[in-house]
Amino acid sequence: MRRVYPNKDFCIGCHICELACLTAHSESKDLIIAVREEQASGLRPCKAVYEKGPVCVSLSCRHCENPTCVTACISGALYKDEETGKTKYDESKCVGCWSCLMACPFGAIRRNPSKGKIIKCDLCEGRDMPACVQACPNAALSYEDR
Amino acid sequence: MLFKPISQNFNDFVIDRDKERCINCEVCVRQCSYEAHFWDDARQCVMHDNTKCVGCHRCEALCPTGCLTIKKNPADFRDNALWTPTYMKHIYKQGDTGGILLSGMGSPSAKPIYWDNLQLDASQVTNPSIDPLREPMELRTYLGSKPDKVEVEETPEGPRLKTKIGPQIKLEYPMMFSAMSFGSINFNLHKAMAMAATELGIVYNTGEGGLHPTLYKYGANTIVQVASGRFGVHKDYLNAGAAIEIKVGQGAKPGIGGHLPGEKIDEEVSKTRMVPVGSDAISPAPHHDIYSIEDLLQLIYALKEATEYRVPVSVKIAAVHNAPAIASGIVRAGADIVVLDGFRGGTGAAPTMIRDNVGIPVELALAQVDNRLRDEGIRNWASLVVAGGTRCSADVIKAIALGADAVYIATSALVAVGCTLCGRCYTGKCPWGIATNEARLKKRQNPEIAAKRLTNLVKAWGHEIQEMLGGMGLNSIESLRGNRDKLRGIGLNEVELDILGVKHAGR
Ligand code: SF4
Ligand code: SF4
Ligand code: SF4
Ligand code: SF4
Ligand code: SF4
Repeated sequence: MRRVYPNKDFCIGCHICELACLTAHSESKDLIIAVREEQASGLRPCKAVYEKGPVCVSLSCRHCENPTCVTACISGALYKDEETGKTKYDESKCVGCWSCLMACPFGAIRRNPSKGKIIKCDLCEGRDMPACVQACPNAALSYEDR
Repeated sequence: MLFKPISQNFNDFVIDRDKERCINCEVCVRQCSYEAHFWDDARQCVMHDNTKCVGCHRCEALCPTGCLTIKKNPADFRDNALWTPTYMKHIYKQGDTGGILLSGMGSPSAKPIYWDNLQLDASQVTNPSIDPLREPMELRTYLGSKPDKVEVEETPEGPRLKTKIGPQIKLEYPMMFSAMSFGSINFNLHKAMAMAATELGIVYNTGEGGLHPTLYKYGANTIVQVASGRFGVHKDYLNAGAAIEIKVGQGAKPGIGGHLPGEKIDEEVSKTRMVPVGSDAISPAPHHDIYSIEDLLQLIYALKEATEYRVPVSVKIAAVHNAPAIASGIVRAGADIVVLDGFRGGTGAAPTMIRDNVGIPVELALAQVDNRLRDEGIRNWASLVVAGGTRCSADVIKAIALGADAVYIATSALVAVGCTLCGRCYTGKCPWGIATNEARLKKRQNPEIAAKRLTNLVKAWGHEIQEMLGGMGLNSIESLRGNRDKLRGIGLNEVELDILGVKHAGR
């Protein structure tokens, strides 16, 4: 399956991917409104850029083959879609126990503080090209089948 | 501003942030390597310090809300035709530092650009124009010494060339990426130039910094340079490329050497240049073994011996007053290619006074060198290449009509990968990741993207050159070379026209 792969050699740590993810998952689809208004009501990017010295890397859900988050999820909100291979999330079932947060080895799951539920990459359901990949100015993210 | 010397507050640029749209995302803070933007803890928002801005426009290009505009500082000194702000600011700076003024990139001074005073011809009615989309249009160019005459013999398989032709560089486009050393620009861009040159069937020049071991595989598309510092020169290096270039002079700083500051010399640069990490790499002004044409001849033949006469040897000089006589000597000393570098040619660092006041326009030097070599009957002994300030395909084609075999491009190549000509290359902090070896900054150039952009640029210019050739009713670049009848001058005086060897428009 196609996944989003980061390339730490050319990630420049600009965090633009985070803003793209945020915008793509906002109601308004407008960066300025998403940051100023929707963030206040809990909207967060599914992506986070980590930095150590000169090295930066942008991480989000890996859509693992055998996802530990799915095993850890107590409510069945996280599940593996057999057809697409994606690790999916049904927000209505999430009870905010944060088990998955601790289980994910990539730290790829985040909280929506106001909803008390998780936020996780859905590979930009409905978009041809994931927002983060499209927005990255240095081709440090690729969407491909490896 | 508080805590700053007065002179620094005469800043060149102002940062205009539209607070209506700024989302305080700090993208600009992370992008600006001069720390002009910063997070203001007291106000809990992004703020800026105009005095630090060099006008590179990196922040403006990456701001995701498009709310930044970098503007020229509108603060005006009293009008004075003699004392323009540029000269006053130079003096303030020197009053502060006591040092020589440094600049990056080619001269921005308002001196004549003869390309702009030359117009190309086009066919009408007679000698119809050619459509390059329907008919073959040859851009292939061979650089190297051509024999005085060729002998052909008849064989049962047809005619065969009897004369032995010396080594040539084969170019699919009459353009090459000019010398920019590994060190002055970083590895990612060297790799990108090597990849693009290979894809395009042209060559790039290593500059005086040696060749990184991983780039030897692109040797067939590489010119290796030997300059006065002899950095990174050894037998394998000389034999790695498609040609060797002896750099005697550089257009941006004729008469002086080079200085790569220690900060730019990291582990990789140090290995390739063969100098210690962090030490300044100083190229002397002259080659200490060249004090005459005879000495140059010895070096040319030493290099030919070292490479067993397999590759052409090029000699690059800055376009200066006596360029024609010097070029004639160079050709007679055995050079297969002569390169003339004009004062608009870029550089990582040059003393400002030299950059802006030494040398002559490359257009004039080119026309005169071509004339001189023709008059002496030795024009075919060497190819002629011009470098320094070709901005578009029209400049390239005009150079060829004036007598050049090919053109070196460098500044335009850097602009293609993001350079905004801020002219601060000597700081080593290029926000576009070009003239820097800082790990955080150099990765801003992704070689895959850069190679693609360089390839696109040369292909685009190639298409345009084909269109212009076709318009003139020519079907190969060979037919234009030195064909000054295809040029007419506009707004030029008698002397200029005479030097350029072109008629005025209307004649
Ligand atoms: S947008 Fe690209 S370069 Fe910027 S932080 Fe994200 S992955 Fe890295
Ligand atoms: S693929 Fe879409 S949802 Fe996943 S991190 Fe990228 S932008 Fe966010
Ligand atoms: S990058 Fe643009 S939006 Fe972000 S803080 Fe800077 S000026 Fe504001
Ligand atoms: S990134 Fe360049 S243009 Fe922007 S503030 Fe810094 S120096 Fe000025
Ligand atoms: S290479 Fe970089 S520092 Fe030099 S002029 Fe271009 S943008 Fe400025």
